[in-house]
Amino acid sequence: MWDYSETVKEHFYNPRNAGALPDANAIGEVGSISCGDALRLMLKVDPGNETITDASFQTFGCGSAIASSSALTEIIKGKTLDQALEVSNQDIADFLGGLPPEKMHCSVMGREALQSAVANYRGEVWSDDHEEGALICKCFAVDAVMIEETIRANNLCSVEQVTNYTKAGGGCSSCHEGIEEILAKVLAERGESFTAAPPPEKKVPGKLTTLERIRKIEQVIEKARPNLQRDHGDIELVDVDGKTIYVSMKGACSGCQMEAVTLGGVQAQMIEALGEIVKVIPVKATAKLAPNSLPA
Amino acid sequence: MSIPNLTPIYLDNNATTRCAPEAVTAMLPYFTEQFGNPSSMHSFGAKVGHAVKAARTSLQKLLGAEFDSEIIYTAGGTEADNTAILSALKANPERKEIITTTVEHHAVLHLCDQLEKEGYTIHKLKVDGKGRLDLNEYAKLLSDKVALVSVMWANNETGTFFPVVKMAEMANAAGVLFHTDAVQAVGKIPLKLKDTAIDMLSLSGHKLHGPKGIGALYLRRGARFRPLLRGGGQERGRRAGTENVPAIIGMGVAAQLALEHMEMENTYVRALRDKLQAGILAAVPHAFVTGNPDDRLPNTLNVAFEYVEGEAILMLLNKQGIAASSGSACTSGSLEPSHVMRAMGIPYTAAHGTIRFSLSHENTEAEMDRVIAAVPSIIAQLRKLSPYWGENGPVTDPEKAFAPTYA
Repeated sequence: MWDYSETVKEHFYNPRNAGALPDANAIGEVGSISCGDALRLMLKVDPGNETITDASFQTFGCGSAIASSSALTEIIKGKTLDQALEVSNQDIADFLGGLPPEKMHCSVMGREALQSAVANYRGEVWSDDHEEGALICKCFAVDAVMIEETIRANNLCSVEQVTNYTKAGGGCSSCHEGIEEILAKVLAERGESFTAAPPPEKKVPGKLTTLERIRKIEQVIEKARPNLQRDHGDIELVDVDGKTIYVSMKGACSGCQMEAVTLGGVQAQMIEALGEIVKVIPVKATAKLAPNSLPA
Repeated sequence: MSIPNLTPIYLDNNATTRCAPEAVTAMLPYFTEQFGNPSSMHSFGAKVGHAVKAARTSLQKLLGAEFDSEIIYTAGGTEADNTAILSALKANPERKEIITTTVEHHAVLHLCDQLEKEGYTIHKLKVDGKGRLDLNEYAKLLSDKVALVSVMWANNETGTFFPVVKMAEMANAAGVLFHTDAVQAVGKIPLKLKDTAIDMLSLSGHKLHGPKGIGALYLRRGARFRPLLRGGGQERGRRAGTENVPAIIGMGVAAQLALEHMEMENTYVRALRDKLQAGILAAVPHAFVTGNPDDRLPNTLNVAFEYVEGEAILMLLNKQGIAASSGSACTSGSLEPSHVMRAMGIPYTAAHGTIRFSLSHENTEAEMDRVIAAVPSIIAQLRKLSPYWGENGPVTDPEKAFAPTYA
């Protein structure tokens, strides 16, 4: 059973604004029947000020698809079309208290239905620019199509590069076989063959000076930042106390449901870089750290 | 207003079963006082060795095997399947083809997909709308290039049987090894392997009220074999590794009980299943049984509810304490609905709404009544949300009336 939030369950059991909206003047229909979801979004738009006065939906889909549809109608009611178009799929997921990575496409479908409905109102043709493939990286919800296109567009040739560009494989690393298979396929297209990078040199533990150690820690933090900043978050080194490294999670990272995954990834890289077992602990950066105020 | 009865109803016995209390009781001493290694020469080991042998005899009886040495303990059905397939390839290195079907369990299919990448030729027999094979197609594929035929006895999703006894004879006549994944069939239908040409058969303990993490491979005496795991001489050198003794004892007891309950499966359980099927189909329009209703396991009912999605159905069933499973994409986290439904050509709008109810002899008639009462309103509730559904039935020409931009 999925680990749905209480809000997701509530919106599924008691969906808001479900059913046909007879006098709708903006209708968006999107979906992917092969993955079991399809959504018709109906809006009543006041032509005077382009405000959405009413919204309803009909959805063929799983619990989170129905909950995402319900959440979407609640979010956009009362907004102008331009305001509504600023609603991202992450906003829908956040409204629901988060969605499992495998279910993020349900919130994407909600956003696409909205774009399609607005285009319908404005007499435009909306075309979908988003193709979905099998989910490869479950930590960061990255699918095969995304990985394949990124490899092709940037001439990537290693799993590490794929992780840097898409985040796929940056968490638990169990999808590396899948990423390697995609790499092998794309590399074959351009007449190359995939070879795994040589394993990283074994670090000799206990040989680092304090300064070298701090520098290595800073390097790991710097390496992690671009990925997090891409998601409007950030990470900062606060202090190092023996084998415990204190960091501060900023912006969207702070309180994010993926925080533990992110920290786990950073910790794994720290251990790799330092060649010793360390702990990475999040703290609030604002609280000025006195040595004895640190968490034990 | 009466308080709703929420005592859980478990109808997912093809996924796993409750371990029989008798099996658990029998297992417990083997964690503590009977902890010996059956390979050891002292009395601690000898006693355990006798118990492991007794469990083997129980399995031999359940399968109708000629010799108890034809049973090799494994860690489960998946290991038995993998062992059988890889053994056939190792034993016949000059043969590079495998015949299987499009609707096998992933334990067979995903291994075959991997073998295909490694250069083997995999022939996947197609099924018709009722999940049946074309034996002419099969006959044409049998040749001296084929290392193994692997065809399941009963399908886990629909319960539909394949004619494995006949198919094994055909393979045998062509000089090809025959394996069957009988994980769903063992314990539910009477078997007499000694009268068949089946060379290998996989079974799993937890599908027949035994513990998880234990299974067995039946290997006909004389059938060529190469072990998957090499090491100590356990299982006569055919599966190395110290035996999972408590689980073996538990599976042995479960096998004994399964034999005692065999008739019940085909009378009592079958009657419950038929009642459930009739009750649901009478109350829910636009629903149909998938697979072959005339030739399937007595405990399995797979119904497609058109225009609604399976995970949503499961969540609403679960809210009322009813546990079942679905072939919808969303329950697996994949993008495609069940490969079994697709192989049978079930349209997407129905394949996503397939629900499998799988019973055991522990279910009761009162439970069936409760499920029959619960299902119609759940389906109606979801259809009210469905863009394919109108006031009182599907909209006219549903595929055209609602044709979304596909992502």
